[in-house]
Amino acid sequence: MFENIKKFASEFFVTGNSLIYAADVSIVLTSLVIVFVLTYYKKWGWLWREWLTTVDHKKIGIMYLISALLMLFRGGVDALLMRTQLAFPNMELLNSEHYNQIFTTHGTIMILFMAMPLMFALFNLVVPLQIGARDVAYPFLNAVSFWLFFFGAMLFNLSFVIGGSPDAGWLSYPPLSENNFSPGPGQNFYIWGIQISGIGSLATGINFFVTILKMRAPGMSLMKMPLFSWSVLSSCIIILFAFPILTVTLGLLFVDRFFGAHFFTLDGGGNPMYYINLIWMWGHPEVYLVVLPAFGVFSEVVSTFTKKRIFGYKSMVFALVSISILSFFTWVHHFFTMAGTTADAFFAVTTMAVAIPTGVKVFNWLFTMFRGRIQMKTPMLWTIAFIPTFLVGGATGVMLAVAPADFQYHNNYFLIAHFHQVLIGGVVFGFFAGIYYWWPKVFGFTLNEHLGKWAFWLWNIGFYTTFMPQYALGFMGMPRRSYTYGWDMGWWPLNFVSTVGAFLMGAGFIFQVWQILYSIKHRDNLRDLTGDPWDGRTLEWSIPSPAPVYNFAVIPRVEVRDDWWYKKQKGVHKKIGAKARNYKSIHMPKDSGIPFIMGLFWFVAGFGFTFEWVWVGVSGLIGVAVSMLARYFQQHTDYYISAEQVEATEALIGGAKG
Amino acid sequence: MKLGKLLHQSKVLFLAATSLVLLAGCGRSQYVVLDPAGPVAQKQYDLIILSVILLAVFIIPVLIFFAYVVFRYRDKPGNRAMFKPEWDDNKTLEVIWWSIPILVIGILSFFTVRDTFALSEPPSKEGKPMTIQVTSLDWKWLFLYPEQGIATVNYVKIPTNTAVNFELTTDAPINSFWVPQLGGQKYTLPGKVLNLWLQADKEGSYYGTANNFSGEGFTEMKFQVIAEPKQRFDKWIEQIKETSPELTLKDYAVLRKPGLVEKQQYSSFPPNLFNDILDKNGGQYYKSIQTKEQTSIRQN
Repeated sequence: MFENIKKFASEFFVTGNSLIYAADVSIVLTSLVIVFVLTYYKKWGWLWREWLTTVDHKKIGIMYLISALLMLFRGGVDALLMRTQLAFPNMELLNSEHYNQIFTTHGTIMILFMAMPLMFALFNLVVPLQIGARDVAYPFLNAVSFWLFFFGAMLFNLSFVIGGSPDAGWLSYPPLSENNFSPGPGQNFYIWGIQISGIGSLATGINFFVTILKMRAPGMSLMKMPLFSWSVLSSCIIILFAFPILTVTLGLLFVDRFFGAHFFTLDGGGNPMYYINLIWMWGHPEVYLVVLPAFGVFSEVVSTFTKKRIFGYKSMVFALVSISILSFFTWVHHFFTMAGTTADAFFAVTTMAVAIPTGVKVFNWLFTMFRGRIQMKTPMLWTIAFIPTFLVGGATGVMLAVAPADFQYHNNYFLIAHFHQVLIGGVVFGFFAGIYYWWPKVFGFTLNEHLGKWAFWLWNIGFYTTFMPQYALGFMGMPRRSYTYGWDMGWWPLNFVSTVGAFLMGAGFIFQVWQILYSIKHRDNLRDLTGDPWDGRTLEWSIPSPAPVYNFAVIPRVEVRDDWWYKKQKGVHKKIGAKARNYKSIHMPKDSGIPFIMGLFWFVAGFGFTFEWVWVGVSGLIGVAVSMLARYFQQHTDYYISAEQVEATEALIGGAKG
Repeated sequence: MKLGKLLHQSKVLFLAATSLVLLAGCGRSQYVVLDPAGPVAQKQYDLIILSVILLAVFIIPVLIFFAYVVFRYRDKPGNRAMFKPEWDDNKTLEVIWWSIPILVIGILSFFTVRDTFALSEPPSKEGKPMTIQVTSLDWKWLFLYPEQGIATVNYVKIPTNTAVNFELTTDAPINSFWVPQLGGQKYTLPGKVLNLWLQADKEGSYYGTANNFSGEGFTEMKFQVIAEPKQRFDKWIEQIKETSPELTLKDYAVLRKPGLVEKQQYSSFPPNLFNDILDKNGGQYYKSIQTKEQTSIRQN
């Protein structure tokens, strides 16, 4: 009996590495501290009522934000471990197996569990406020999306201490990811973690697509809509077409592994190239859909901090939409070295074509600054850092698109440097700019600028120090995913420099955490009482910070682009704000525990199938079905906030002005 | 934020980065991609240089203009630069910056398409091309010489000034076969043959590497390509035939097992080995297409 338990535990838990034991201890301790604090301060009820059951887009956005920052930490630690391993030749910090797991989880976490939720955080925190809506189109579904993401991410992260992490790369090409070469739970964690959160992402795409098309304030035609909302719409279009492909691909891989089918192995008539095509038909649009909202953020920030209308609005909209369409015609450039000549030529040209609308956007941002007045606040700093970084990153992207030359760049450090340059310089810088920009709107106080500038410089210097040498390493023939190298290759000086840079970025992140904690502590001095700390242009700045639960006490009527800016110019807002307003009762969605419980059941299902404990998996799925039925039969899913209550709230928080 | 400081810091950063890059490599030889030793690599090198120049002509003026704008229009008391907050549209400018990228991309597309097709042909028309069959295994490279009848592991010799048609497949996860100084890479796919033309004009030993992750021993999957004049190459073949053991199916079964091995050479190999490897991995599903491709390549 005892022997059996011991044997089970040694396979079930990841053993044999002191780093992981340390992590085990810290996970247990952190959990205990959280449980203790919640119990001691009697906060369990608060946690359940205010957060776990909420359908308020603002709170869901905050939960996305916290999760994404935690995942940024996890993915960042992975990155630092890899960089430390590569700092010197023949380092023995990590062995091959461990290194392979870490680069797999680093890639998966950074794209799917960091960039995606950070993007959804901004969707949730900003879009309804920016278009003058009281919530998203489907608030309940929005909560479901979040909890699917959350439990998917938890499942994936669990692989670190239980069962073992996946180690076949972030896109897990078969046959390497099939049972022959990757038996055991690691690869199943990958499939189920991504599958569960991917369904949530698809639902979010649908949700915001409908929200933007149907819930804009009266008068806000599409061509009067702020560019961030436009970028979210373009991004949602990509989600709608790309995520179903991911769901199907992972589903087929699961069928291969679980039932022994041959969709992706040749020995039964399938083909691994099907998988590679399918995963990139999702994967390439995926990276564009995370960068488009960043473009949207830059457009808002540039306009606000230069005190100037965005230049070439129509061009910008056209560029956004054309990028979202072009993104579906470039996927083969990820495997020029496998495709045929004609396909290579075609996809090389379509890939380069993406540079055209992107280049136009850069010109439009530049000309927005031109003849403006540039205020160097932290959101603007990140935007200014973005432009040269993205220009160079885009240029190396065009170099990679030159198919015959790509035969020399493919899968080496040149590629690594390129995609980190566009993903960090574009997506991460963009989302940071967005977080700094909308932080006061979300939390009611601004972040300390001084610490923010420290973080900014550390990140930027660190970024260039890390990735410029990697371009050179590519020319020196260093393949990606090498866990070590010898002294004879001449690779170590550049690798060492790169490692130093990675730690500078790590220090930048620590400064950001410090900045947030410091600002929370000193929030009374940093309060945003106006609701409009940057002298903004769009509707979200017309309401108090943080926004009341119903967002707008009276839905504004929009007349022009940058409506709030022109209302301020005309002084209309003061006139309206001064007299007592005629409030009406407001229709709101009720909170619900079902999304959380459904997410929990998905987790159980995913966990069961990961370990191939069918009865656990099936009972999880039954739980999911029961939660759906429970929702189906729920009667009272909405309520009204009375006019008196609205009036009282507005009096308390200073009232809306728009 | 002081703008002068910003500019200064970025300048220092740039200089530091460039000098580090330059210092780090002791000469061009370590930059294998930039040191072509054959016509294929040379063509790719030329394209790399062309794309860098074209893009630099586009990027550098934009970067300079960007620095100027950030400096000129910073929000500072006493800044007398023009301020036109309502100016948001200019058709002429828009036409210009839609056309500049279109032009750059157009030129680059032309050369890309031209060379994509050019590189699928044998690099030189003169002389008889030779064929070498490459199989990536867990975690080593097997080279079969169908015309000479010998086999090697983890290194391959080729005659100089001869176009070599590498026929690539795998009996393990997907990999990529890359010899930077001779020309780019191609994937090794199970059950399927992909062709890669390479040629060495200079004598020498070239670095080759596995370039698509294939599991635990991937990092160690390096190989050497040794280019020698035809006569010495022929002598080497003879020598191998006289002194080296045969590669039997049993040996292959051992070789195939996951693990690392030293360089090996064999005087012969089972005649159908390459096709058997293909078939075992599902090659029959490709058969009709493959026979066609093979004949067309052999005719070349």
